[in-house]
Amino acid sequence: MDFLIFKAPMLMVQASLDGILLGILFALIAYGMALQWGVMNIINIAQGDLVILGGYIAYTIYLWGIHPAWGVIISPIIMFFVGWILYKLVINKVVDRDLFISILATFGIAIVFQQLMNFIFGADVVVAQSEYGTTMLFDNSVTLPNSKIFSAFISVLYAIALVIYMRKSKLGRAIRATAQNARAAKILGVDTEKVYAATFGINAALCGIAGALISITLTLHPYVGLPYTVRSFMIVIVAGLGNLPAVAVSGMGLGLFEEFADYILGTEFRIGAVFMLLVLILVYRRFKLSKKREYLK
Amino acid sequence: MNKVKQKDLILYSGLIILGLAAPYLFSAFKVQLTYLCVLIVLAMTWNLQGGEMGYNTFGNILFYGLGMYLTASVQVGMFFPLAEWTESGGEKTFVHTTAQYFQGICVGLLVSAIIPAIIAGAIGYAILGLRGHYFAICTLGLGIAAGEIAGGIEIIGAGQGFTTPPFPAEIVDTEARGKFFYFLSFALLVGTFIFVKYIYGSRFRLILNAIRDNEDKAEAMGIQTMKYKIVGWMCSAFFCGLAGGIMGGLIGYIDSTDVAFDGREMGVFMVLMAILGGKGTLWGPVIGATLFHFFKEGLWTLILGWQYVALGVLIVVIVVYFPEGLMGWLREKYPERFGEVIDEKDRKAQVELK
Repeated sequence: MDFLIFKAPMLMVQASLDGILLGILFALIAYGMALQWGVMNIINIAQGDLVILGGYIAYTIYLWGIHPAWGVIISPIIMFFVGWILYKLVINKVVDRDLFISILATFGIAIVFQQLMNFIFGADVVVAQSEYGTTMLFDNSVTLPNSKIFSAFISVLYAIALVIYMRKSKLGRAIRATAQNARAAKILGVDTEKVYAATFGINAALCGIAGALISITLTLHPYVGLPYTVRSFMIVIVAGLGNLPAVAVSGMGLGLFEEFADYILGTEFRIGAVFMLLVLILVYRRFKLSKKREYLK
Repeated sequence: MNKVKQKDLILYSGLIILGLAAPYLFSAFKVQLTYLCVLIVLAMTWNLQGGEMGYNTFGNILFYGLGMYLTASVQVGMFFPLAEWTESGGEKTFVHTTAQYFQGICVGLLVSAIIPAIIAGAIGYAILGLRGHYFAICTLGLGIAAGEIAGGIEIIGAGQGFTTPPFPAEIVDTEARGKFFYFLSFALLVGTFIFVKYIYGSRFRLILNAIRDNEDKAEAMGIQTMKYKIVGWMCSAFFCGLAGGIMGGLIGYIDSTDVAFDGREMGVFMVLMAILGGKGTLWGPVIGATLFHFFKEGLWTLILGWQYVALGVLIVVIVVYFPEGLMGWLREKYPERFGEVIDEKDRKAQVELK
C-alpha cells in the first residue's frame, strides 16, 4: 500500500474527475433501480446484468462497423423490449410477493443472463473503441478520456429527458400514480399491469444506455454485472426513492470513493471495497435508526 | 406415542446404517456422497436462519469459506511456514507425515468451527439489526466482499489459490482418502442433524419462530430477540465452518471466489435446497438437498456448458412457482400427516365464501 495519491495533488484531481464522471453513470443505473423499486417494489439483482447486456449490444454494433456511440440510441430500444419480455415472463409473478422472492428470482435471471452472454459474446474482456481521444488538463498532468465526458453528458441528457417525460406524459403520470398507490390507480382506470411492464422496460432501457456508455468508457465482461447492481442499490438506499438530485449526488460520491479506494488500497481491492462500503452503509444506518428504536425496512 | 418413537428409531437407525454402508455399496461415488453430506449440512444450517428465524441470508457462505481457509492454513501453519507454502507450491517441498496431517486437520477443523462462530457473534449485533431484504443484500455483500478481499491477500495465496496439504502418501490404501472425508462429513451430518433436531424440540425454536412471525411483538413479549438471533447465527456459523473445512480438504485446492467464497454456486445452492425441500421444516432441507444433488449430478454432465442456465431457470421456477417447497406441498395435500386437524365444515364454509 503506497499513498502516492497524497504526495501528488494532480493524482487527486485526476481521481476526483474520474470519480465524478463515473458516478454520473452509476447514478443513471441507480435511477432505474429506484424507479422499479418505488413503483413495483422489487429489488432487481439482474440490474447489473441488464447493464452488461446493453453494453454488449453496443459492442455488437461496433463490431458491425457502426460507431459505438450509436449504441446509446439502439441499445435502449432493444433493451426496452428485453425488459418488457422479462416482465411478462417472470417479474409479473413476483411483483406482489415478498421482496426476498424477487431478490432470489432476479438472482436466477442474473445467472441465466451471465451464462448466455458468456456463450454468445465469449468470456474475454472487451471494449468498444470510440476513438474520441483524450483531453489533457493542467499541463498534461491530468488525462481525461473524451469518452468519459461524452458518457457523463449523455447520462445527464437522458436523465433530464426521463424526468420531463415522467412529469408531462400520460404514461409518466400513470407510473407515478401507481407508485403512490397501486390499488387506487387501478380503481381510477390505470392499467397497472401495463404500467409495471413499461416501468420495467424503461428501467431496462436505462440500463441499456448505461451499458452502451460503459462499453466505450470502461470494459465489458459477462460476470461483472453484480457490482453494478450493488452500486445502484447502495446509491438508492443512501439517496432514497424518487429523489433524483440526491441520486446524482450520491452516485458521484460513490464514484469518488471508488477512484480513491483504487489509488489507496490497490486495484485488486476495488470491488471488495465497494461491497464493504455497502455493508458499512447498511450497518451505519442500522445504528442510526436503532437510536430512535426503529429499523431499516 | 411409544409406537411413533419406535418408528422413528427404526428410521434413524436405518438411515445411519445406510450412511455407514454407503461408501462400500457405492464406492465409486464417495466424493459425491461427501458432497451430499456437506450440502445437507449447509441447507439445514441455512434453514435455521432463513426458515426458522425469517432472516434470509446469503452470507453463510462467508463462514463456509472462512472455515475452508482456516482449516488449510492451520494444517499447514502448524508445521511449516505458511507464506513459503503458498508462494511456490509448497506442497512439493514440505511433506506432511501421516501423524502431522491428521493432527493438523483435527486442530484445523476445531479452529474452523470456533472462529467463524466467534466472528458471527462479533458481527451479528451489527448485521442482524437489519431486517428483511436489507439483511439479504447486506449478507450478499459480505460474502462477495470476503471473496474479493481474500483474493487480494498474499499469505493465503491471493488470486492463485491455495493448495491444501495432500493426503499422506504413506497410507497405501487408495480408497482411504475418500473414506476418510466421507466419514468425516457423515459424522458432521449426524452431529448437525442431532443438534438441529434438538433445537426443533426446544424453546429456542419457538423463539426463533416468534422472531420470524413478528419480531416487534416478540420483543414486546420480553424476548431479547437480538440475543437469540446472534446465538442462532453462531450455531449456523459453527457448522458452516466445519463443512467448509472438510470441503477444502476434499477439493484439495482453494480459490478465493470459485471455491471458498463461492456465492454464485454454494451460496445459492444452500438457499435453493432449503426452499426446494421446504423452509422451516426439519426434513425439508435434507430432502431438498438430496433431490437437488441428484438432479445436479444427473443433469450437469448431460447439459455440459448449459448447467448455469439450467441452474438459473431452476431458481426462477422454484422460487416463483414452488416457494413453499416439497414439504409445504405435502403439508397442503396431507395435513393430517403433519398433525394438523382440519374441520371439514369450516373448510367447506370457506370454499363457499369464495
